[in-house]
Amino acid sequence: MPSELIYNYMRIDHLPHIWCAGCGNGVLTHDVVRAIDSLCNDPDRPIPREKVVIVSGIGCSSRAAGYLDFNSMHTTHGRAIAFASGIKIANPELTVVVITGDGDCAAIGGNHLIHACRRNIDLTVVVFNNEIYGMTGGQYSPTTPRGDKGTTAVYGVVDRPFDIAALAAGAGASFTARGDVYHVKETTELIRQGIRHKGFSLIDCRSVCPTYYGRKNKKGDAVQMLKWQKENGLPMKQYRALPPEQRADKYALGILSRNEYPEYTEEYQKIIEMAMAEKGKEK
Amino acid sequence: MQGNEACVEGAIAAGMRFFAGYPITPSTEIAEACSVRLPQVGGHFIQMEDELASMAAVIGASAAGAKAMTATSGPGFSLKQENIGYACIAELPCVIVDVQRCGPSTGLATAPAQGDYQQARWGTHGDHPVIALSPSSVSETYTLIIRAFNLAEKYRTPVIFLTDEIVAHMREGIEIPDPESLEICDRRVAGNDGAYKFAYRVPEGQIVPGWKPFGEGERYNITGLFHDYSGFPTNSNAMAQEEGSRLLDKINNNLADIIQVDEYKMEGAEFAVVCFGGTARAAAFAVDAARELGIRAGMWRPVTVWPFPEKELEEKLSGLKGIIMVEHNYGQMLREVSRVAAGRVKVEFIGCIDGTIIEPVRILDKLREVHENAK
Amino acid sequence: MAKVLVIETSWCKGCGICTAFCPKNALELVGEKVRLKNTNACVLCGLCELRCPDYAIYLKEVSK
Repeated sequence: MPSELIYNYMRIDHLPHIWCAGCGNGVLTHDVVRAIDSLCNDPDRPIPREKVVIVSGIGCSSRAAGYLDFNSMHTTHGRAIAFASGIKIANPELTVVVITGDGDCAAIGGNHLIHACRRNIDLTVVVFNNEIYGMTGGQYSPTTPRGDKGTTAVYGVVDRPFDIAALAAGAGASFTARGDVYHVKETTELIRQGIRHKGFSLIDCRSVCPTYYGRKNKKGDAVQMLKWQKENGLPMKQYRALPPEQRADKYALGILSRNEYPEYTEEYQKIIEMAMAEKGKEK
Repeated sequence: MQGNEACVEGAIAAGMRFFAGYPITPSTEIAEACSVRLPQVGGHFIQMEDELASMAAVIGASAAGAKAMTATSGPGFSLKQENIGYACIAELPCVIVDVQRCGPSTGLATAPAQGDYQQARWGTHGDHPVIALSPSSVSETYTLIIRAFNLAEKYRTPVIFLTDEIVAHMREGIEIPDPESLEICDRRVAGNDGAYKFAYRVPEGQIVPGWKPFGEGERYNITGLFHDYSGFPTNSNAMAQEEGSRLLDKINNNLADIIQVDEYKMEGAEFAVVCFGGTARAAAFAVDAARELGIRAGMWRPVTVWPFPEKELEEKLSGLKGIIMVEHNYGQMLREVSRVAAGRVKVEFIGCIDGTIIEPVRILDKLREVHENAK
Repeated sequence: MAKVLVIETSWCKGCGICTAFCPKNALELVGEKVRLKNTNACVLCGLCELRCPDYAIYLKEVSK
């Protein structure tokens, strides 16, 4: 038997999950569960559990949706955000959380990502960013660091990686943040705030893939990869205080940007009210 | 009213309350009209960033319970194909309007054609069910799009509405049916039969699983992978076989309900002009002219173009001396007609791929020729 | 109410994260499965539960 939290929120007859030993996705999924649990039990503004919808695309990350005991939709590769937009627009009462990967949302689904940011539709996108295509066996992804190796980059990756959180912020997302696997409590809190945020929110979570990324790049096993995160993931203030030459592998954890913009479905509701009133006058 | 406008008005009458699309000639008027009309009836229109996204959003809206539609033309139809397959396996009803235009790739973007007929059947990968309907006039566009929604909801499957530039841009007066007289089919909602266990199990005596709307308490999974009764992915070959067969059977076992054929002067006809959609008007004109010349011609027009009305054509064969297949392509429905005729009745062909339309005189000349040869 | 550490051995994939990050070195891997090597050392902090990718180790509340 698992913990009460897991028992309550996951489809335990399908556990243990398919992810490899030490995969960061299991930890990040747990973070998502804890974040949603705290919102469902928020005494001031509880989110009804039956209104929560989890949407995912294709890849290792996207298997999370099936394990989560909510209304869940495991869609096609890259399109999770577009599917989720349809769900949210058709029923704005729903709290829609997208779980996606670096390949899923920044390569094949990059167009949907930037346009959902621009639209500021009230979705929360949690990226399980493991810097590799794990499901297909370790090909380099749009976030694999330059020079690192994958099965399709045996001489090292030539192109530069995306910073997904910065990409989203640049495209107009009204809430962007970065978490990781090691900093569990901080990452859970970022996901919680992202879901609570009215508008498009993205939490770029550095996952770890010891099987395909760690081994190929001599980054060690899951433990070593988490130790690396422990050393390099810094709170935003601390990171910003560092002179650029000392940043190297360091990365900033926390909220990168937060703005209040009009939210898409609320704005469209105004159009509906106006159009219905005008149509009513015609009669 | 224009064909594309009739498509929107009919869809709204059918209960469509969500449209996602991307501008593409010659379907754009559908998106434009939806952007005006949907908010007036409390519905939602969204112009998505691309064709794939609009197909995905439509399926998402369907999962949330809305009757949803998108519209496109050949290039966009190609882009939507992967997600159409998702709607097939996840059994999420939706309507995809394809206003066919000329050519592969960008072709002749403003010119008519019917070159997407086989793509409508085999566009998405893997064995899957398809229902496709093709209207031949503005008024039929109105009534048939309602039928498209009804079939989509009843069989929980995407329905392709295969129109073309001729019908879509045609303007003619139509009589809008009294809304009370319309037969509208809504999704059958399943009872609460125990958490997420049976969202994909077909109850005794039903064709498809009952619908469980998102957000109302029954938590279940939807996936494009083969899945068990709860919607959870499975690797079981037996389950894949069961589900794959069930998806095909729900259509194949209900052909009498799904198939619709329009016949014109087929009584006692010796020569059948077979056509669909935008070629029907020229075909009917040629049939009339041939009859005046004493040629016993008729027009046989599948309205349900997929599944192809095999049995219905088979029943006509014994009385026929010749078939002339007329379509704006180089022989796509011809393959189906020839397969059914199987050499028992000679099948002649008239087609075009240059963006012009087939004129009645070409059909009449061919009718005279086959009539002469049959003597 | 008190807490106890529970290990669901059948779910443990032996990644070693909990043992490596246990602040009291109370856990060990034996045959690729985690176990509590020193009951007295465990301070029930719950860090193992938070970082276990497989939900195989957790704190459970029990009545005394």
